[in-house]
Amino acid sequence: MPEVGAIAEKVRSKNAGPFWATIDIFCGTAEAYERVSRGLTSDSVAAAFQMEVGDLKRFDIPGLRVVKFSLPRPAVQGTAGDRDMHGAGWGPMVAELVIP
Amino acid sequence: MIRVLIPSGALGLGYDKVALARGIGAGPDLIAIDGGSTDSGPSYLGRGVSKYARAATKAEWKGLIEARAEAGVPLVIGTAGTCGTGSAVDWLYDITVEILTELGQTARIAVLKSDQPIARVREALATNRISPLPHAPHIDADLIGQCTHIVALAGAEQIAAALDTGADIVIAGRTTDTAIIAALPIQRGMHPGAAWHGAKIGECGALCATNPQSGVILVDVDEAGFTVTPLADGAHATPHTVSAHMLYENSDPFILYEPGGHLDVTGASYVALDDTRVRVEGSEWVPSDRYTVKLEGARVAGYQTILIAILRDPRYVASVQDWCDDIAVRHADRVAQRMGLGPQDYSLELRLVGQNATLGALEPRAGSAAEVGVMGIVTAQTQEQANDIGKLLNPFLLHHPLTQDEEQPTFAFPFSPAEIDRGPAWEFCLNHVMEMADPMEAFTLQVHDA
Repeated sequence: MPEVGAIAEKVRSKNAGPFWATIDIFCGTAEAYERVSRGLTSDSVAAAFQMEVGDLKRFDIPGLRVVKFSLPRPAVQGTAGDRDMHGAGWGPMVAELVIP
Repeated sequence: MIRVLIPSGALGLGYDKVALARGIGAGPDLIAIDGGSTDSGPSYLGRGVSKYARAATKAEWKGLIEARAEAGVPLVIGTAGTCGTGSAVDWLYDITVEILTELGQTARIAVLKSDQPIARVREALATNRISPLPHAPHIDADLIGQCTHIVALAGAEQIAAALDTGADIVIAGRTTDTAIIAALPIQRGMHPGAAWHGAKIGECGALCATNPQSGVILVDVDEAGFTVTPLADGAHATPHTVSAHMLYENSDPFILYEPGGHLDVTGASYVALDDTRVRVEGSEWVPSDRYTVKLEGARVAGYQTILIAILRDPRYVASVQDWCDDIAVRHADRVAQRMGLGPQDYSLELRLVGQNATLGALEPRAGSAAEVGVMGIVTAQTQEQANDIGKLLNPFLLHHPLTQDEEQPTFAFPFSPAEIDRGPAWEFCLNHVMEMADPMEAFTLQVHDA
């Protein structure tokens, strides 16, 4: 089974303020969007973040061919538990999730 | 129609001078640029200082002050000096006066400050005028008192008040990124949904277009919608690049909360006017019942000392987690014996660079690298303690053996001394809004003729 990053054009993550993180999956083509939107479950993303799926916000945006996830940051930006000030590392992690 | 010229996403990032000249030639009504963000972390707000070098800020600001004089329109900066505290506003004000003197220019400068005294925030908390945003930390009067700086994010009302002074230059403390762009079109009766949406699209400069680092764009707001035009060679806005920008750093790509209401772009349509310009209509501004401003605050959460050692021996690379676990136990014993400190007094993390330093426990991949860096992060209640705890870690990182009976190993230290004092470790501690009866009651506005 392929990784999301092999199907999508670009996967990026960033802070959405100090308390939230957001991950944008730019799929490029309509076919890639269908595969990612259907294949990438909220459960698998929540599992990757070791979080409750109820705290995960999901936006499937066919017009942009984008699947977007937002979540409370695993650690608030800049606190002792935070390893990644700008939230750069979660994009590659999500890009490596496998989908059918 | 109101035409706002945006030189770049932030002062200090640089802008394309040819494109800026093109923008001046297009006859803007206002030049607006953002000066900051929380994105670089809590230290800047905690200390009340800018992230960008004074030299870079001065050079870019000088170019904008010259452009302003040429265009004969106001120049507005929001969130001056990265964090938008009074100290950062004063810093930029001093730079501004220096530049005006060098250029032989005079200007009316309006200074808007967003600092919130602790007593005001405590009073608001006590009278139930502070509400948490989603996933806000718990706060109380004591925690508010620990903040070295608290700022409120000004909206369009406060920027409009600053423009109303007849200022040539507005230096604002913390504002929303969008308010500096949206204020004038709203004040002049343009479509408020279009003003806020155009501001959101424009606030990062040309990030909403191809050639995103070129910076300079125009946002034209009228009674029905807005048009975005990137100005650099090779920069093109398309319906895709413009609508996709609503995703950027936004937890919700359709809703944007601002003082006094929210923007809803669910019904927005994006149409290419040609291969460079995009027209947007259908965005909606929804006023709120209460007028609230978002608060940001930072406090010192401890003092840090870090050490870095790099392991290149393949046997140690393969066993680095065991090695670190053993060091952590022995180091804790030594800190207890020598300093009388326990886990409640300090923390030590041994972070493995090359293994899982970015993702920590979320890292699903395991692999062997040629080397691994061990970053010791000590957080204690004073810098002296953190440094001493770091000094007690030093011999372990340099020489700790995996087994008792082997020859003493030595690992790579990139620096002498190995202990690097980081100073205070800052934390953001507010994600709340404060309700106000009058938009200006938590902000101060002063006018100087310089």
